[in-house]
Amino acid sequence: MRLRICCPAILSFSSKTQIFALGLPRTLAMDDARALVTSLRSAYTATPTKLKLIDLYVAYAVITAIVQTLFMAVVGSFPFNAFLSGVLSCVGTAVLAVCLRMQVNKANKEFKDLPPERAFADFVLCNLVLHLVIMNFLG
Amino acid sequence: MERSSSKVGNGQASKISASPNDDQGIFRRAKRSIDDLITQARRFRLKTKQQELLIRVSALLLIYVLAFATRLFSVLRYESVIHEFDPYFNYRTTLYLTQKGFYEFWNWFDYESWYPLGRIIGGTLYPGLMVTAALLYWTLRLLSFAVHIRDVCVLTAPFFASNTAMVGYFFGKELKDPGTGLVAAAFLAICPGYISRSVAGSYDNEGVAIFALLLTFYLFVKAVNTGSLAWAVASAFAYFYMVSAWGGYIFIINLLPIYVLVLLVTGRYSLRLYVAYNTLYVLGMLLAMQIRFVGFQHVQSGEHMAAMGVFFLMQVFYLVNWVKSMVEPKLFQAFLKIAVIVTGGAGALALGVGMATGYISPWTGRFYSLLDPTYAKDHIPIIASVSEHQPTAWSSFMFDYHLLLFLFPAGLFFCFRRPTDATIFIMIYGLTSLYFAGVMVRLILVATPAVCLIGAIAVSSTLKNVCGLLREKPVGKVLERQGKDKSKGGSDQSIPFQREACIVVLAGALYLLTSYALHCTWVTSEAYSSPSIVLAARQSNGDRVIFDDFREAYFWLQHNTPPDAKVMSWWDYGYQITAMGNRTVIVDNNTWNNTHIATVGRAMSSYEDEAYEIMRSLDVDYVLVVFGGVTGYSSDDINKFLWMVRIGGGVFPVIKESDYLNNGEYRIDAAAAPKMLECLMYKLCYYRFGEVSTEYGKPPGWDRARGTVIGKKDFELEYLDEAFTTSNWIVRIYKLKPPANRK
Repeated sequence: MRLRICCPAILSFSSKTQIFALGLPRTLAMDDARALVTSLRSAYTATPTKLKLIDLYVAYAVITAIVQTLFMAVVGSFPFNAFLSGVLSCVGTAVLAVCLRMQVNKANKEFKDLPPERAFADFVLCNLVLHLVIMNFLG
Repeated sequence: MERSSSKVGNGQASKISASPNDDQGIFRRAKRSIDDLITQARRFRLKTKQQELLIRVSALLLIYVLAFATRLFSVLRYESVIHEFDPYFNYRTTLYLTQKGFYEFWNWFDYESWYPLGRIIGGTLYPGLMVTAALLYWTLRLLSFAVHIRDVCVLTAPFFASNTAMVGYFFGKELKDPGTGLVAAAFLAICPGYISRSVAGSYDNEGVAIFALLLTFYLFVKAVNTGSLAWAVASAFAYFYMVSAWGGYIFIINLLPIYVLVLLVTGRYSLRLYVAYNTLYVLGMLLAMQIRFVGFQHVQSGEHMAAMGVFFLMQVFYLVNWVKSMVEPKLFQAFLKIAVIVTGGAGALALGVGMATGYISPWTGRFYSLLDPTYAKDHIPIIASVSEHQPTAWSSFMFDYHLLLFLFPAGLFFCFRRPTDATIFIMIYGLTSLYFAGVMVRLILVATPAVCLIGAIAVSSTLKNVCGLLREKPVGKVLERQGKDKSKGGSDQSIPFQREACIVVLAGALYLLTSYALHCTWVTSEAYSSPSIVLAARQSNGDRVIFDDFREAYFWLQHNTPPDAKVMSWWDYGYQITAMGNRTVIVDNNTWNNTHIATVGRAMSSYEDEAYEIMRSLDVDYVLVVFGGVTGYSSDDINKFLWMVRIGGGVFPVIKESDYLNNGEYRIDAAAAPKMLECLMYKLCYYRFGEVSTEYGKPPGWDRARGTVIGKKDFELEYLDEAFTTSNWIVRIYKLKPPANRK
């Protein structure tokens, strides 16, 4: 499935770069990108608030992980277990939040039998396990 | 009286008329009481569901007891003793743990092995087995059972084998139905491939690790089937247990990404897969890094990179899928293009930089030799020398699996007919593990659960179909109903003699399964129940004779040498010497330092004076060799000698293998190579052997293990004294003489 979509996409990309080189308006690529962004934004505003909250949490966790990695790149990785526990706690909680989002989203047919309270309880339990291990690993 | 007389008076007529009434009355009363009994008994009769539950539970109980009992042959024949070599190290560490506590155990530096280097035991072992046995010991002590830790260690493996059979039941139930589970549990309980490493006394990591492996896989498959975070967390803990128990956890951490990739490529992915894999990966990785021996390998070693790669791939994949659901197709194509290029580029860059800078270490030799079996023979002789690492012969497969080998393809067929997430998993597990089992004999153990499960699917599906056919109404009645009910497809294809054919199939299945059970029990009894620290043989008159030479030698060491004596022997015996002889050794089975082992190998293969210099530099006091010439024991040091030469020669080029061979042949008789007849190993094994008559009708100095007379009989030792030789000459201990100016 993916290969069939990729190949024509790559071909069209190369044709765009040729047009690029010929000096024809670059607005074709920009238009595409702009249309993509606007359609993404409009589709996203339609999602329920609960899910947007979870998405915000995921974004916060990922940004924290990136900040920690940049800090490590500057300062060095000496207590490596401390660095790993910091980054993995962010990544771990982001992943668990994504799982929660999938389970709570009413649009997903697979999880329609799962009550959202149970999903949230599982999320809390897994986070508890994650952070207990992190605290042991921090050293 | 009157009645009787009246009866008599009536004579024949009354008899004829009264007794039938009486008989009928008795008969009626009897019938009524029987009916009463039956109606009373019917109240206790179970409904079908409850009957089925009773049968299942009793079958599982019997399987549990069977799995434990079939592993007890050596305990019944010899005694409750630890077998082999590696388990002695595990026993010694468990003893230390129970005596000194967990903190001391976790931070233990052992100065009694690898003299003068020592060994950081706390950081170089997998603690799962020891902690499990210690917990069992403390629990039993708490319940006031005054058991000895050695008995707990001996019986740990059979206990966990029973538990593995139970997990096999649940796994089979998850794959198909409870019937498959029961068959799988029964197969697992007695399969020789598993028994070989989990017999009572075999106190080794695999005894516990296979339980952890199957439990991890079962919980993961359950998590994929239900999509629940709770099951995923449970599988992460099972993975942690596996990592703490055995180095074979690499198999899990590589199999799971392969499974995920297969599901992604075939389009069978779902949100439940995301939940299951990612939770297991992140939590499992964190938990695994708590084991000091594993350390940071999950983020630094090349063997673990597949799991990380698939982790990132999954994030990208599901993100792309999410965007696809929100945006229209044309725009989505543009997004997909960008995503693929960015991800591909970033991934390739990261991998390239990691491998080039050496941050991501390449595959270690131990696991690389699985992918390229010829690698070890050329580059790492110490891995190639271990007998368990040799490729598997067909006879081994048949010996260890018997019927399951034929049921495996049949089971694969049934799995392919109706593939679900669970059956795809077991197929991948079975095929990959069977490939690795073909590369290395030791890994037959890892393939055993998969082969048992797939075989169980075959047996259970076949029996279910056959029994279903057997229960169908006969052909005549079916034709009557065909007018009303055309939808019953199976019945109008009934072959002639259907019932008879089904009964034949059932009888055949019964025969095959019985022969499997008999074979497994025979194999367990004959091949896998020897303690190898105690040898047994049959004399010509049929009497059994026991050779307890190893323990005799180790206890001699313990009682007759100074406590700080250092013993040099080949690395096979290191663990046993430390555990039972309680003396410091130079090298042992951990084989972590190849140069140190090569030094010992060089000493064993040099002339006596050179060897004396090497041994003095290592502070050796005693040398121990194992010799099978008198008893015919074939796993002795002379038969292992060429490996000593190869390993020594790998580090010290002065030792050349060709010096010890005559025309490429390894001999110890008169036609042996001259260096062979002068080297230390030859001298230590055959000292005074030229005077010994080992077999009737053969000249003195007849080596029963090699089947020839030895080449050089009369010689003296210049730098060593014979200290002790066991009663059957199996173990020989020599003491180094002090230098000439120190006497």
